Amino acid sequence: MKESKTQVWGLITPTLFLMVFIGVIPVIYILYLSAFRYSVFARAPFTYIGFDNFRKLVFDESFLRPLGLSLSFVVISCGIQLPLGMFIANLLTQNFKGKGIFRTIMSLPLAMAPITIGSIWTLLTNPDIGPLTYLFNRLGIIYNIGENAFQAYSTIVVMDAWHWTPFVTLTLMAGLTALPNQPYEAALVDGASRWQTFWYVTIPLLKPVILTTMFIRIMDALRIFDEVWFLTGGGPGTATRFASLHLVRLALRSRDYGYSSAMSLFLLYLTIIICWLLLTFITTSREER
Amino acid sequence: MASRKNVMRLFFIYLVCILIAVGTLFPIYWLFVVSARTRLEVFAGPSLVQTSFYLQNYTRPFIEGVYGRYLLNSLLIASGNTLLVTTLAVLATYAFSRFRVPGSNNLFFWTITNRMAPPAVFIVPFFLMFTRLGIHDTHFGLILLYCIFNLPFAIWLLKGMMDAIPKELDEAAYIDGASFWGVLFRVVIPLAKPGIMVTAVLSWIFAWNEYLFASVLTSIHSRTIPTGLIEFVTVIGTNWGEMAAVGMVSLLPAILFIGIAQRQIVAGLTFGAVKD
Repeated sequence: MKESKTQVWGLITPTLFLMVFIGVIPVIYILYLSAFRYSVFARAPFTYIGFDNFRKLVFDESFLRPLGLSLSFVVISCGIQLPLGMFIANLLTQNFKGKGIFRTIMSLPLAMAPITIGSIWTLLTNPDIGPLTYLFNRLGIIYNIGENAFQAYSTIVVMDAWHWTPFVTLTLMAGLTALPNQPYEAALVDGASRWQTFWYVTIPLLKPVILTTMFIRIMDALRIFDEVWFLTGGGPGTATRFASLHLVRLALRSRDYGYSSAMSLFLLYLTIIICWLLLTFITTSREER
Repeated sequence: MASRKNVMRLFFIYLVCILIAVGTLFPIYWLFVVSARTRLEVFAGPSLVQTSFYLQNYTRPFIEGVYGRYLLNSLLIASGNTLLVTTLAVLATYAFSRFRVPGSNNLFFWTITNRMAPPAVFIVPFFLMFTRLGIHDTHFGLILLYCIFNLPFAIWLLKGMMDAIPKELDEAAYIDGASFWGVLFRVVIPLAKPGIMVTAVLSWIFAWNEYLFASVLTSIHSRTIPTGLIEFVTVIGTNWGEMAAVGMVSLLPAILFIGIAQRQIVAGLTFGAVKD
């Protein structure tokens, strides 16, 4: 091969340049801003305060609550979507006619814009025109996600399941179809029941795919923003104000850039740490096999 | 008896599948139905059947209103970003895949963290940076910005596909006297074409769907369809029909995409970790 170093670097330089501009500089900028009191509405708009923003952050009840809410949402949404996706994936890998159509229909929500999904669920749950409202009223339940905190939260859980269960199903299906046949034949010979085969053969074999799926779902559930922003805006009260919603509200409405930078940095590190922990967990469990 | 058990099983499977299909389609159907209704019909009650089609819901925002321009902005930004991402990604991936580049082992973690970080984290620095650089509310700004997620992702996806092209082909071309660029354009790109198409389509869909950055970093000139969608919801009331119409238009590429590239979506959403 006759490549020169300059040619190779010439290929990467534009990408490198762009990624430094939009990927690295903003992080450094957040780091810088987080050491200042920088609020558009304050009397002295730009003052150096060292770590005060972080000190405030750790004791800030109004930030810790959304953070906890985000984490609980991750647990609940993954807890619902994984078993459900597993069930549907097992169903769709059975032999029957027309499963291609079901598969296609099911994957529709995946490519849709999250904000459009928010608008769709607003139409479904609107107190005046929503069919869900109508249905619940017929059942004698007053359904109003603008007032009832529990209903708002569960609607978001259902909406998220509607949006992302297809993803879990598709990845698990891909994993299921790629499984080898021999362990199943062996299980059949040993006289294992369906349930035993599923529990002791399928699940262990599928573990890498399950873990990867779970990893992506956890990270996505942590970032949830658009749908909730449209549907409830974080309300009623703070019932559905997840961490990212809290951050955007703070940045856009109170224009407190210094403090929101500190919060951004905190969330970014939290994401990186969770991401890193999960990835390490996945790689070690892969090596064990 | 066995066949009867089989029939029961099949019945159960179809029942669950139909339930899932209805559950998936109903919200989309409802969006369509509302988009076909006049203001009066929308509030008349939740009937599921719609026989008339109120076309003004579509013509008023898109032809008389500003949404025609939003649509154009969305198309321009998504296509511009796709073009930029694909070009840069093909060049960079060629380097990563064929030559020893320091740091290429960390590519995966880089891709993952960029894609997984909550976008909300970046709005403050980007807002301030873009305002100072004078690219706030420009197409160019958003085209550049969407590279933050799309570019590492595209490189990662393409790398797997370019690695699969045997190096012997390159070497044969070199021996035949092809130049460095000749190998890239005559050998690698034609062979990686399917992969490049998939990458381009996924990048396009992502740029088309993005809301948060578009809403913070634009004000008048380069608003996109997703930002326009939320503008319908106001304190004095919402024109549900028109909102649903705009929502329908924002859905069309997604539906088209599922029709064309259904098989690629799994690899796309899992960074190639799970292949279909």
